[in-house]
Amino acid sequence: MADIRHEIPADRAGRSGPDSGGKHKGGGMAHSGLKSFAGLMARQGILVAFVLFLIAFSVFSDRFLSAENIFSVVRSSAIIGVMALGVTVVVIGGNLDLSVGSMLSFSTVLVVDLHDKIGPGPAIVVTVLATLCLGAINGLLVGVARLNSLIVTLGMLSAIQGLTLIYSGGKNVDIVHQDTTWFKIFGRGYIADIPVPIVIFAICAIVLHVVMAYTPFGRRIYATGGNPTAAVFSGIRRSRVVFATYLISALTVAIAAIVLGSRVMGSQNNVGQGYELQVLAGVILGGTSLLGGSGTIWKSVIGVLILGFIQNGLLLLGFEYYVQWLVTWVVIILAVWLDIAAKRGRLLSPIA
Amino acid sequence: MSASHIPQPDTPALRLEGIVKTFPGVRALDDVGFDVRAGEVHALLGENGAGKSTLMKVLAGMYEPDEGSIYIEGEAVTMRSPLEAKARGVVLIHQELSLAEEMSVAENIYLGELPRKSLGRVDWKTLHSNAQAILDRLKCGFDSKRQVGTLSIANQQMVEIARALTVEAKVVVFDEPTASLTDAEKVVLFDIINDLKARGAGIVYISHRMDEIFTLADRISVLRDGGYRGTLIKSETNEDEVIQLMIGRALDLTRRRAAAKTGKVALQVEGLSCGKLFEDVSFELREGEVLGFYGLVGAGRTEIAETLFGLRKPSAGRILIDGTEVEISSPADAIKKGISLVPESRKEQGLVLGMNCRDNITLPQVGDLTKGPFVSDGAEIAIFDRYYEALKIKTPSWRQAVGNLSGGNQQKIVIGKWLAMNPRILIVDEPTRGIDVGSKSEIHDLIRTLAGEGYAVIVISSEMPEVMHVSDRIVAMFHGRIMRSFTTEEVTEDNLVAAISGIETDKVA
Amino acid sequence: MSHSVLKSPLGWLAGNPIWGFIALIFIFFSFANPYFFALQNFQNILVQTSTIGVIALGMTLVMINGNIDLSVGAVVALAASLCVDIQGWSLFADWGNWAILPGVVAALLAGTALGALNGLIVWKTGVDAFIVTLGAMLGVRGLVFVYTKEQSFFAMNFSFSDFGSSSIGPIPTLAALFLICTAIVHFVLSRTVHGRNTYAVGGNRSAAVNAGIRVGPHMMINFMIVGFLAALAGVTLSSQMGAATPNLGTNYELWVITSVVLGGTKLKGGAGTITGTLGGVLAIGILRNGMNLMQVPAFYVLVILGSILIAVLLLDKQLNRKGKEELRL
Repeated sequence: MADIRHEIPADRAGRSGPDSGGKHKGGGMAHSGLKSFAGLMARQGILVAFVLFLIAFSVFSDRFLSAENIFSVVRSSAIIGVMALGVTVVVIGGNLDLSVGSMLSFSTVLVVDLHDKIGPGPAIVVTVLATLCLGAINGLLVGVARLNSLIVTLGMLSAIQGLTLIYSGGKNVDIVHQDTTWFKIFGRGYIADIPVPIVIFAICAIVLHVVMAYTPFGRRIYATGGNPTAAVFSGIRRSRVVFATYLISALTVAIAAIVLGSRVMGSQNNVGQGYELQVLAGVILGGTSLLGGSGTIWKSVIGVLILGFIQNGLLLLGFEYYVQWLVTWVVIILAVWLDIAAKRGRLLSPIA
Repeated sequence: MSASHIPQPDTPALRLEGIVKTFPGVRALDDVGFDVRAGEVHALLGENGAGKSTLMKVLAGMYEPDEGSIYIEGEAVTMRSPLEAKARGVVLIHQELSLAEEMSVAENIYLGELPRKSLGRVDWKTLHSNAQAILDRLKCGFDSKRQVGTLSIANQQMVEIARALTVEAKVVVFDEPTASLTDAEKVVLFDIINDLKARGAGIVYISHRMDEIFTLADRISVLRDGGYRGTLIKSETNEDEVIQLMIGRALDLTRRRAAAKTGKVALQVEGLSCGKLFEDVSFELREGEVLGFYGLVGAGRTEIAETLFGLRKPSAGRILIDGTEVEISSPADAIKKGISLVPESRKEQGLVLGMNCRDNITLPQVGDLTKGPFVSDGAEIAIFDRYYEALKIKTPSWRQAVGNLSGGNQQKIVIGKWLAMNPRILIVDEPTRGIDVGSKSEIHDLIRTLAGEGYAVIVISSEMPEVMHVSDRIVAMFHGRIMRSFTTEEVTEDNLVAAISGIETDKVA
Repeated sequence: MSHSVLKSPLGWLAGNPIWGFIALIFIFFSFANPYFFALQNFQNILVQTSTIGVIALGMTLVMINGNIDLSVGAVVALAASLCVDIQGWSLFADWGNWAILPGVVAALLAGTALGALNGLIVWKTGVDAFIVTLGAMLGVRGLVFVYTKEQSFFAMNFSFSDFGSSSIGPIPTLAALFLICTAIVHFVLSRTVHGRNTYAVGGNRSAAVNAGIRVGPHMMINFMIVGFLAALAGVTLSSQMGAATPNLGTNYELWVITSVVLGGTKLKGGAGTITGTLGGVLAIGILRNGMNLMQVPAFYVLVILGSILIAVLLLDKQLNRKGKEELRL
């Protein structure tokens, strides 16, 4: 499905492409000024939008820019944020992962349920391993068997949902002694006055950013997503790379589940339902192309934070909770539209 | 530059004047002008990258020229889309098929113009009777209800041709139409072309094949480096003159390079087969030697290269490197064994277009360029710089995305990427396809230099001058088999052409 | 598969393996459960599948085009809410049973309009349909919650819910409606110019453009059709329940896409049939119904369905292998 999009006719691709590395051989000054603005919007449009949002909200609400409010937004974005990091890796590798939402339900139910049965430490270990197994199934089917990732992870979404319900028997789970367990630190603790979920989010973001930007492994993921055929022709073992991206995605889900379980100290069977959308929205807002091969971890962080701040800002302004979904709708489409419009050099698609 | 010195009695079916088309960094067409008369076959010749395909796309309305005019039967026209071109009576038979495989032959022929009945229904009766009439005229042996995806490539091409015949075409452009046809199918095609000619259409016939051109054409126009180089009348010219016009100099086949000093056998292939793609292929390659593989598209040359690079599993035969039998299970494995492949299609197989120049060059070895767990920036830039200078790559910086470079520089990046692996055996598939002449000769020189340095090199090419120029020995392939192997002393244009056309050269010689 | 084989029944089955699968599970459940093989139960299956089925018809067109519509579930909820809410407006208090009409009309219009909006955005912006409808999936659902204030609506007019459980002779009305829609969409896809162009646009987009097919408006029409059908599903669903909840239609996009893919429509576009989709829908319907009768917990059904979807994909991959000669990429 994803191979017919964004075709740029050869004669237009270079003529007005904004991203020519800042090197303009000819061209008037005024023209290049305009061009570099377009270039800025194309490269950093998401940041510009973010700043505009912050300014707009802070004008209309005094509380918006308070440290307390900002912490609370970041903390509440942390769970979706951590998952978005993993999904970003998968998407850069050229695939999708729609199963993260139901995987989150599964892992949260698992870690909370096992907490009282085998203790927090073993519960965490078992949860991480079990979640990695689910990721490995995704990885085998998409990476090794080369099945369409959209359908595979759609199928896994349904299957894992069932698995969760089978495990829990349809009952919600919770932790009995909430105050005495050290497990509470992940969701409710503080390190140097910073909420632990934020710390975990930040650490995950930094680690994955370093992996993606500075290691050979990260480079191979970009190459595989950018041009799988050329990657294979370059001696990259594509199956392994794709497999690994799904393991990473599963790992971030497991981490998110631990934070969520610790914060709520209980879990419903469908706690992660719909999260895959929020996560994907954050990733797309961050400018990661669903075609693969481009995108960065830190921009996904911004994408998720934008969603968080929109949500928070709209609430502070007195809108109903669900208005944020409407706004997200518009924002996602605008973000992607502007991105590809900048690349093709014209606003509207050339489709007749 | 005069288009033709022949007096023109009547209005030509098609007339081009001063056509200019530029792409970033390339002047693809530079002041091209000639005319095509009604009822003539006008061959258009030029090496790869000479501008033929761009000109063709201008004719078909896929590109708008920057300058110049197009006249159809004396009337100036602008054509902004293939549809508009077709309405003007100009149709293009694509080299790449543009068919919807799940649909029937008739639906493909009348795509976009399906006859209607009430309720928006397709008038199947009219559709199939009209389509069948065209198929019959083309002497096609298949039914108009047949699903296109189930047809052979040659028959699919017939569907393309049939599609062009739904209008009363004034100008029909054939782009390498015989590339995938058998001899029998070619005869049918030539009949069709002669039939169209008799009906008064002007035919533009683009091909590489001298024999076809001298069979079919009335006049021959030549493009080189995007410029028009003249028109020759078939009856008054010969192949040498055409070739000379095409490559800008006399093809000097008398001057042979002295055979290079070659070392020991680096690669030995014995009875290698891969299903029906190629069968029973045996050859050896020495250090310091350039072995040319020449043949038509689909003769199995690329598939051999892919097998040697671990991309295909051979069904029979042995591969020996330095006398030891090896099994090459993947490209990573091939790289470990010292084999590099510069693939046929740089955009699809060679490069990650969105990545920068440096990262593309270091991609196969990025795992080794590390400091601790991280990629070493310095080591990467050092490698880039080495090949940036050695290959004279033109790019503002290593940060440039390779997608923004010209074809020649992209190709140099791919070559650099594989040289950087320091291979023992270097396979180059179509090293100069679609790049300008300057870069071409640079790449040829480079290949010779590499051989001089002791690399064992295989060059696969569809361009005869190229193969003859760079190779120490030439292997001619036809339908998945090696027909004959030539030394530089033995090879002539004639026996090479004969060998790749499946003619037993021994009988000819 | 070759052309001549297509004409034999066995060859037809090879092209539409889903019907073979249906026969298998049909026979299995007939023997495994005494309640399965009964007219009453067949009626049930048809009614149960009609909601997903109606949407799947439209989704087939959109997917043959090479697009996808993830917003159908949310459209179901919006249409249901509009339909039930509007028929209860005091404005129509003395319209009697006719009060249902404006509700239905508004629901269908809303669905068609949202489809048009999706299609227009895909056409004009060139943004991938996946992203456009992903956004709409979230946005339209938000719209439903805002509109309903997170409340359920109940139909006060019993004729409305009676309609949902009525029958025309032995055939439940909703099942009949589904079958009629199936026939119409099948006709459109296989017999009309628009339908044939649907294959052309999905199969070879540049060829379609070159042939002068206006790809943008064409795709928009198909988005409108799926929007309309999703809204219709919302109306029939609310009529079955006599109510509309804002969470209605959650996960429907998954069920619908699963059915369509099971029916042999390719995600890449260009291939697929309504008979295949009907098979996909029935297969899922029979599976759910049969497992339900055998008292398999609903949880297992989810796992089985997910597994079947993936298994079909694996099978398809194996069948389409080019043999040992192919490039190892």
